[in-house]
This record gives sequence, structure tokens and C-alpha cells, in this order.
Amino acid sequence: MSDTYTIIGGGVCGLTMAAELSSRGAQVTVIDPMGAPGDHACSWWAGGMLAPDCEGVSAEPEIMRQGRKAAAWWESQGATVHHAGTMVVALGRDQSDLTTFARRAPNAQTLPKEQIAAFEPHLAERYSKALFLSDEGHLDPRATLTALHARLSQRGVRFDGDIAGQVIDCRGLAARDVLRDLRGVKGEMLVVRCPDVVLSRPVRLLHPRFPLYIVPRSDGVFMLGATQIEASERGRATLRSVMELMNAAYALHPAFGEAELLEIGVDARPAFPDNQPRIRRVGDVIYANGLFRHGFLLAPAVAQMTADLVLDGKIPEVWYEDHRER
Amino acid sequence: MPTFYSTEVTSRLMLGTAQYPSPTILADAFRRSGAGIATVSVRREAGGDQAGQDFWTLIRDLGVAVLPNTAGCYSVREAVTTAQMARELFDTNWIKLEVIGHADTLQPDPFGLVDAAAQLSDDGFEVFPYCTEDLVLCERLVEVGCKVLMPWGAPIGTGLGLNNIYGLRSLRAHFPDIPLVVDAGLGLPSHAAQAMELGYDAVLLNTAVAKAGDPAAMAQAFALAVEAGALAAQADAMDARDMAAPSTPVFGKAML
Repeated sequence: MSDTYTIIGGGVCGLTMAAELSSRGAQVTVIDPMGAPGDHACSWWAGGMLAPDCEGVSAEPEIMRQGRKAAAWWESQGATVHHAGTMVVALGRDQSDLTTFARRAPNAQTLPKEQIAAFEPHLAERYSKALFLSDEGHLDPRATLTALHARLSQRGVRFDGDIAGQVIDCRGLAARDVLRDLRGVKGEMLVVRCPDVVLSRPVRLLHPRFPLYIVPRSDGVFMLGATQIEASERGRATLRSVMELMNAAYALHPAFGEAELLEIGVDARPAFPDNQPRIRRVGDVIYANGLFRHGFLLAPAVAQMTADLVLDGKIPEVWYEDHRER
Repeated sequence: MPTFYSTEVTSRLMLGTAQYPSPTILADAFRRSGAGIATVSVRREAGGDQAGQDFWTLIRDLGVAVLPNTAGCYSVREAVTTAQMARELFDTNWIKLEVIGHADTLQPDPFGLVDAAAQLSDDGFEVFPYCTEDLVLCERLVEVGCKVLMPWGAPIGTGLGLNNIYGLRSLRAHFPDIPLVVDAGLGLPSHAAQAMELGYDAVLLNTAVAKAGDPAAMAQAFALAVEAGALAAQADAMDARDMAAPSTPVFGKAML
């Protein structure tokens, strides 16, 4: 087996792949024409929630299983993961959504009003019932990608040079030129600063049309996400989407009405038809792609399986496809 | 099977294509339901440069008739423009016309609906109007050229079932020859069966299947219920009565 690898694409998929391979002793070059991590990568706009239980409510069970490895992996690479769990709430008239969610998330614990006050004092006066997922965590995607990039440089991963050895393509949606069944699912998000609201963990607001999650960053900054529209365009946030996100945040807590709007973000998530990732051999190239809305949650598992494949010849138990001509 | 604008369809079940966990599960749901028509929204997905093309290709690959809709349109102009775009995208004159009048309940704007239906009918569209069960509104829609009516069972996404049985029944009695489809508000297969028992020609639903824990199984459950209800509608059901009527003869038994 070759011990030299070239990874195309420096988003969460590519950097995770580089980290996994280089930590096992491989020579790795990452090629990304845009350079250091930034807004050209879909993962730059991510929420950074490591929430396998919440995602398991609507995603395939395998995503939940593989996603449980994520928090430990990120910490092994020096990332700061906040192990504060996730809180889930619904407005009065949407209580039935909370009931459904609780039934479909077996690890959800129902919190009465007093306990909501202990976890999130700012929500206690507005919600008499909430769900709590204690095993979930979150990280800051941008800080994490930037730190990982620096760490990889120190470790000897090269970010320039020519293609050599086994090529692993992690270009996300750009790989549609080869992966014909890859599509984009547009997402819009906001970053706001709101010192009036303090949250210690991601909060999800269930709503039949405008579901919202709010992830606290530092310094009173919050990420509000995210729409999910079946479209491949990587730009053009619409007024309606932004308004819906804002409305939902305002409904979650009216103090968000005075928040300062810092950013409106938009990109398209790369997804296969079943919304699960793939490690696919096409010709001499291995493609790792289709992380959909689970970039930080699933990139570690995909990187580990890919490294097992190329370094040890171990065929991944899931998500692997060999499309080489025989 | 019902005929919509001279096209006979293959199933009395019509399914929406939004909110499924993935396109693969959406396709499974269609397979197991045998649904003959897929509704698809184009307003938000169109994007700057028909960015929804990938998803629309997946819908076309389902191999069923496509009924594009104007979901998300709040004005006549918006609905008409969206319909024109849909005609080009899907190469069909069919349009499920939604003109939403209230953002909270998503109930149809009856006035805008008649206006948009008239414009679109004049322009050669075959309009499937999403309407309320109001008889006068339905008469107006027929007057401006609609040859199918799609009254709601309950507000979109509520799963409440048939909120106004009386109104739906009188629509059926009033429009014996116009295909009637209950659109929106169904939550359970029994709601669909009930609509068919009333003599409706078809049902259209989305959330009840897409948001079920197992969408494909629920799709099949709806298909079975629709079949049961349609069969019952042709079988001349007994009329309900207050007195018990023993199914075995009591004549000749001792009366104690």
C-alpha cells in the first residue's frame, strides 16, 4: 500500500481525513486552491452540534451509531468540545411535536420547569416543559477547522505541492462532476450577537415549518440555523428564509429581537439520495463525500473508515462502494 | 379510476414530496403506496438558476405523473408566475394552485384563488385548486374553468382529518360529475378511508406520510385505506340506526 496521500479539498471532510492519515504515520498533502479554512467550505457555515440523538429522530440509525464516535475523535485532535447536552423545546401549540420527538429519541429526558431553570435560566420563564439529551456536545466549527489546519501544518502535513500517491477526493459538492448522484441541499444561517440572552448549550425549537437550532458561541454570539431547501445553489440567501430564522429565534426568546445581526450565511450541503455519506472508489481515486448536514458529526467516522481501507486494506462495514471497472 | 382533465390516473392516492428524511425514503414511500401522482413545489427550490434541478430529476425518476404546485405563494401574481415556471420545468399544463391567505393557518385565499384560477385557465392551464369546502367558492372555481376541486380536510399539516363532514358531503352531492380530491389535513389512514367513503375521487397528502416514523409503511397503510374506502363507496353501505338489529333471526325464540 502507498504511504503517500493527496487529499483534494480542505473542508471538514478533507482536514479530518488528513488528521486521521497523518496521525497513523502517512505522508499527506492537502490541496485546496482557496488555502486555509474559510467561507468557501460548506463546513464553515455549520452549526457544529455533535448531536447523534437529536439527528437520529429523522436520520438513519447508522448515522446515530457512527456519530457517537465524533466527540472523542475531535478531542483527540485537540478540539474543544462542550459536553453540555442539547435542550429541545416547542411553543405551546406545537407540544405534540415535543411528544413525538421524545418518543423517537429514546435518550431524551423530560425536564420539568424547575430543572429547565437549573440548566437554562433564560428559558425557564417561557417554557414549562423541555427535553434534554445529556450525551450530546457542540464545538465551534470555524475555530476547530482553523486550529486543526494549524495543527496539521505543525505535524508535517503539506498544504501545497503536486498530486502524489493515492488521491482521496473530499471536495464536497464540487465533486458532482464525477459523483453524478450527489446533490446540494441549500442551507441558510445567521450569526447574531445578543448579550441579553445566555444559553449554555444548543437549543432546538421544534416547529412544523420553521424548525430552528441556536448554538451559543463565545462572547454573546449565537449561530442560528438552518434552512433545508432542495436546491444546489451555494449562494443567495432569501429574505423569506432569513425572516423565518429570525421569527423562530424571536419566538424562542423575544430578547433576540434586539440581537445584532453579524452574518447571513448560505451554502449547499453535499448529499447522496439517502442522505448518508459514501466512501467510493472510482478509477484510481477514492471519494469521501455526502456528509449532508452531518459534517462534524460524521467526518471522523468516514476518515477512520477510509484510513482503515487505505492503510490496512480493511473494507468499511458501511457506506463503502467500489465503482472500479473490473 | 378518476379522470383529471381527460387523463385517467392509476391510483386514488396522490402524495406530496416535501419533508421526507431523504429522497431514497421518498422513493420507497411512492413504491409502497402505488401513488399515481406526485405533487412538487417549485417556488423556493427554483433558486437563481433552476438550482432545484437535481431534486426534480429525482421526482421525475419516480415514474409517476407530476403535479407541480404553487406552495408558498401568497399573491395572485406570485402564483401565476410560479405556475408558468412550473409549466416549463415539467412540461405539463397541470398546476395545483395554492394561493395562501393566512401565514399561520395556511388557509387558501378564496378571492385570490378564483382570480388566479381564471387567469391560468384562460392561459391553457389545467388547474387543480386547493380550496376550502365552501360551496359558493367551489361554484366560482368551476365557473372560471376548474374541472377538478381540491377542498381541504383540515389545515395543512395538522393531521386533524375531515373537519367538516357536512360541507364535504354537500360538495359531493352538489358536484356529482366533477372529480373531488380531499387535499390537506389528513393524519391517519382512517381519515383517507372516510374521505373515500364520502364518495370522493382521491386524496392528496404529504405530512402524514413524510413525518411518520416509517414513511414507507405509512404510505402503504394509506394506500390500503384508500382502496378500502373506495370499495366501500361502491358497495352501498347500510345506514346507521339507533335500534339494535340482530344479525341472527330471533323469531321463534322464547321471549323472556
